[in-house]
Amino acid sequence: MTTAYDPHRAHGLRVAVTGATKGLGLALVREWLARGARVAFVARDEALVRVTERSLPGTHGIAADVANKEDIHRIALQVLGTLGGLDVLVNNASSLGPVPLALLADTECEDFERALATNLLGPFRLTRALLGALGASAREGRGAAVLNISSDAAVNAYEGWGAYGASKAALAHMSRIWDAELHGEGVRVMALDPGDMDTELHALAVPDADPATLKRPADAARELVDAVLGALAVREGGSR
Amino acid sequence: MIAADRAEQRPAQARLLVVDEHGGIEHAARAKLAQFLRPGDLLVANDAATLPASLHGVHARSGRSIELRLAGRESLRVDAATRFTAVLMGEGDWRLDTNARPAPPTVEPGDALAFPGLRARVLRVVAARIVEVDFECAADVLWAALARHGRPVQYAHLREPLALWDVWTPFAGAPLAFEPPSAGFAIDWALLRVLRERGIGFATLTHAAGLSATGDAALDARLPLDEPYRIPASTALAIQRARDSGARVVAVGTTVVRALEHSAAVHGRAVAGEGLATQRIGALTRLRVVDALLSGTHEPGTSHHALLRAFVDERTLARVDDALERHAYRTHEFGDSVLMHRGGRATPLTHSAERQAASA
Repeated sequence: MTTAYDPHRAHGLRVAVTGATKGLGLALVREWLARGARVAFVARDEALVRVTERSLPGTHGIAADVANKEDIHRIALQVLGTLGGLDVLVNNASSLGPVPLALLADTECEDFERALATNLLGPFRLTRALLGALGASAREGRGAAVLNISSDAAVNAYEGWGAYGASKAALAHMSRIWDAELHGEGVRVMALDPGDMDTELHALAVPDADPATLKRPADAARELVDAVLGALAVREGGSR
Repeated sequence: MIAADRAEQRPAQARLLVVDEHGGIEHAARAKLAQFLRPGDLLVANDAATLPASLHGVHARSGRSIELRLAGRESLRVDAATRFTAVLMGEGDWRLDTNARPAPPTVEPGDALAFPGLRARVLRVVAARIVEVDFECAADVLWAALARHGRPVQYAHLREPLALWDVWTPFAGAPLAFEPPSAGFAIDWALLRVLRERGIGFATLTHAAGLSATGDAALDARLPLDEPYRIPASTALAIQRARDSGARVVAVGTTVVRALEHSAAVHGRAVAGEGLATQRIGALTRLRVVDALLSGTHEPGTSHHALLRAFVDERTLARVDDALERHAYRTHEFGDSVLMHRGGRATPLTHSAERQAASA
C-alpha cells in the first residue's frame, strides 16, 4: 500500500557496492550510508579498502576483484555474512579496456577481455551468486534491486570506446533480459547512465577534459539512489 | 543405492521416487516434480547458503595438524558470528573417509588453534572431539579468513573437491548452513517459474543445518545438534493460507521439517521468528504442519532416515528402501530425490479435524 515515495525508505536496507573506493562507487557508499542503509563494499586494493572502511564507520570492506571468477563466491560469502542478507546490489566496478583509449583495430584482445570480465561477466556472476538473497528479500516484502552502472557509450558508437562501449551495451541488454525474467520473483534489474563525471576513470579516458564541465559523483550518486528507491517503492505498491 | 560421486546439482537423468498418501510408490523423472503438486500447495525450502566450514590448522600445544569443522551456532545473529560448536579431526584430508581419520589431539579449555589468518580459543570441550570455540576477532575478519582459507565440508565419495559454488543451492542466501541443505539442489529458477505459473507457492526459511557426521559413531548418535532457524512473516502467512485452504505444505529437506515442526510444537503452529530446534523427529512425532517431504534418498541408520518414520509407517518405509535399492537410485548430497507424503500411519487427522480437535 505504501506507493508514496519515502525518502527514508533506505533505512536498514542492506546494500552492496562494487568498485567502491574511488569515484562514483565511493560516492554511492557515502550516499547509501547517509540514507541509513547498511553497506558492504568491494574493491581490489586491500590497503585502500581498509582506509575507506576506517573513514566510513559501519561499512564492511571486502578486498577482491569482480573480474576474477574465483573471487565471486568469496565476495558473496562476505557480503551475506556481514549483512545477513541483501536488498540492493550495485555493480559499479568498471574497466575502460585499453588505456589510453584505442581504436578497436589497435585494441589488444587481453584489454577487451578485461573490459568484458569486469563490466559484464563480473556483474553476471556476482548477481547470480547473490540472487538467492535478493529473491528472499523480495519474497519477504522488502523489495530487491540490482543497479548496473551503464554509460552513454553503451548507446552511442564513440570512436575509441570500443571495448568499454561494447561491454556496457551488453551489460545494459543483460539487465533488460534479467529484469524481464525476474519480474515474477520481485527482483528489479536496471542499468542506468550516471552521466559524464569528474572521476579517475573519466580522467584516464579523456585526460584533457575540463573538470568544471563534469558532473560531481556525489550528485550522480544521489540521483541513482533515488532511482533505486523509486523502483523499490513501485515494487512494493505492486503497480508494476 | 549407488553413491552419487559427481558434484552436479541437477543432472538431466535425476530421478524422483514418489510415495503417495496411501503408501503407493511411483517412479518419475525429477524434472516432472511439479506434476506431483497441486495448485495451492506450498513448497517451503531452506535458503541458508553453505559455509566454507572446514579449516586446516595446528593445535598449538601439541603442534599436531588438525581440521576444525564448524558444526553449529547458538543464534543466527550477524554479530554473534565468531562463536561456534565445532568438530575436531586429526591429520589427513577429505579423501580419507571421515570414520577412518586419526583421532585429533586431546584439547583443553584455553587451548589455541592456529589457522591461516586466524586464531581460535577453545572455550569448552563438549565431548571427545566436539568443542566450543571463539575466533576472538571481529566478525568481518572471520568472514574474510573463511572466504580465503575455508573450504566446504568435503565428502570421500566424491571424485573432486567441492568448491563453494558446488554447495550453494540456486536460491541460497545467508551463509548459515554447515553442510548443504541439499534437497534444494533440485530447485532451480526455471522450476520456480513453473510453480508460479501453476499456482504452486514457494516460500523459504533459514535453518543453520548442522554437521551430518563427526567421525565417531557414539557422537554421531547425538546428531543432529541444536540448530537455530528463522521463519519469515511472509512464510508463516503462506503456510497458514495453505493450511486454511486444505492445500499441502511440502518441506524441501529434513531441516525444514525440523524448523517448522519445532515452531509448531512450541506455538501450536509455525509462527514468524527465530527458534532453536532441539527435537528429534521420528516414528513418535506427530507432524503438525508438514504434509509431504521432498528430500534426498537416505540410508537406513541415519538420523535423516529415522525422520522419515514421522511420515510413513515401518512397512511402507521398508518398501521404499527396497524400491530405492532395486531400482538403483543414487544417494548422498548430489543423488536422486524422494517425494514422500504423510500417510499410511494410523488414522491421520485431516487439517480441519485437527483444528476442531485443537479448539475443542
